[in-house]
Amino acid sequence: MISPIKLAPWVTTIGLFVIWEAACRLFAIPEFVLPAPSQAIAALIEYWPAIWQNAFYTFWVTLVGFALAVVFGLALGVLTGASALVYSAIYPLLVGFNSIPKVAIVPVLVVWFGIGTVPAVLTAFTISFFPIVVNVATGLATLEPELRDVLRALGARQMDILLKVGVPRSMPYFFASLKVAVTLAFVGTVISETVAGNAGMGHLMLTAASSFRVPLVFAGLLVIAAMGVGMYALFAVLERRLVGWAFRGTEGA
Amino acid sequence: MSAFVELTGVTMSYGGAAGGAVPAVADATLAIERGEFIALVGPSGCGKSSLLKIVSGLATADSGHARIDGRDIAGSQTSGRGDSGGRTSGGRTSGGRASVGMAFQNATLLPWRSTLENVLLPLEVSRDHRATFRRKKAEHIEAARSLLKVVGLEGYEDHAPYELSGGMQQRASLCRALIHNPELLLLDEPFAALDAFTREELWEVLQQLWLQRKFTVILVTHDLREAVYLADRVYVMSKRPGRIVYERPVALPRPRTLDSTFDEGFVALVHRLRDHIGEVRAA
Repeated sequence: MISPIKLAPWVTTIGLFVIWEAACRLFAIPEFVLPAPSQAIAALIEYWPAIWQNAFYTFWVTLVGFALAVVFGLALGVLTGASALVYSAIYPLLVGFNSIPKVAIVPVLVVWFGIGTVPAVLTAFTISFFPIVVNVATGLATLEPELRDVLRALGARQMDILLKVGVPRSMPYFFASLKVAVTLAFVGTVISETVAGNAGMGHLMLTAASSFRVPLVFAGLLVIAAMGVGMYALFAVLERRLVGWAFRGTEGA
Repeated sequence: MSAFVELTGVTMSYGGAAGGAVPAVADATLAIERGEFIALVGPSGCGKSSLLKIVSGLATADSGHARIDGRDIAGSQTSGRGDSGGRTSGGRTSGGRASVGMAFQNATLLPWRSTLENVLLPLEVSRDHRATFRRKKAEHIEAARSLLKVVGLEGYEDHAPYELSGGMQQRASLCRALIHNPELLLLDEPFAALDAFTREELWEVLQQLWLQRKFTVILVTHDLREAVYLADRVYVMSKRPGRIVYERPVALPRPRTLDSTFDEGFVALVHRLRDHIGEVRAA
């Protein structure tokens, strides 16, 4: 007997597709307005070689941008979380930068780096960087004052407190942010590919839309969503493995 | 001949010199002999915890003298904020500083470490032990195990903190406070969050540890029975800004038992202290 909790996501996902399919057939919605899932899947099979190639490209561009975001996000998060001075100095800048729609900076990146991979990597990086910084900084800043007192009264160095207590403590926050950040990184890559790309899912979908091959556009959307869900699931598993102590008392801890 | 911990006319306030400072401690004077167990009682927010911070060097007195072993206590920070959330890096100066162990109402064990690893933490980071920690690790683990055995946590060394009950966590927290054999143990309402039975069990554990090792203890508590059961001397503090208004030696024989807390002498002492607290609260 499979538990209802394990079953629920499959039921809702399959249910959504069934309703979507039924609605398209029932109201005879034209394919170029909203293709039925069956038509999107047919397009997926028909154009598989092109989709596979572009999806793979989008995937690794996203991962490069995301990896940069993890490295810099972790470093800046530790810095802002550990030092009140750095926090107050750069936090407003970070918030301001995060408020800028990333689609607006793609043209600037294109001017600087030309059309292609570099703007896509940087867009994925800039969009997924912020949640990592904020979460790591929060994890560090919420260290219990009593514990800090215990350690400082022992003459512990700031660096020891940071490495032995602060950083491990912020790891659940860090992994929580990775799940969100990796899906955002896909958004960044596809935005850049759509605005100024010559390859990738964004470029593919833009080309398909301009020739009214809407089922192909939806096939692309499904592939991106599937990649996002896959990476989210991967990081959720890593989270359970590495910071399982933060999930005490819940299923599978 | 001076006492081990000596506070003379110590005054301290939060908020710095820029006006609007909140006075926390006013003209506190007390002397604690080496190996003595004293209790500080008083209404909430009377500056008891601030006194502990001054003694531990985490906060600096605005005026007066705070001495340990005849030398001025070196503050670990010189920033005027003095709040525990401060993230100033500690620029220490040389001066008097006892090795200190601390325990609080929250056990604050690290959830990703086993009970044993939690107890070992002070040895990994303290000024006196971190350089030799790796070399002496086997020895330290042995010491931690025997300490855990004394407090009744034998067999729980490899358990995660969340697998322990509140009372067991507090026992482990006591072990963490004592693992480096501190000269001075500072306890800030360590048993306040426990149920009455567990609390009394821990009084016995703490008394036993103290009788074995004879470290100096400053216990901050709301519980007058706790103060009389454990301490050699009880100080009553006034409302904020806290000053010491009454001092009472407890001459009851040791080891004290839970049964003895119903003896006439014990009860009379608790009543006397109760009256003083009543006056302080009404004042």
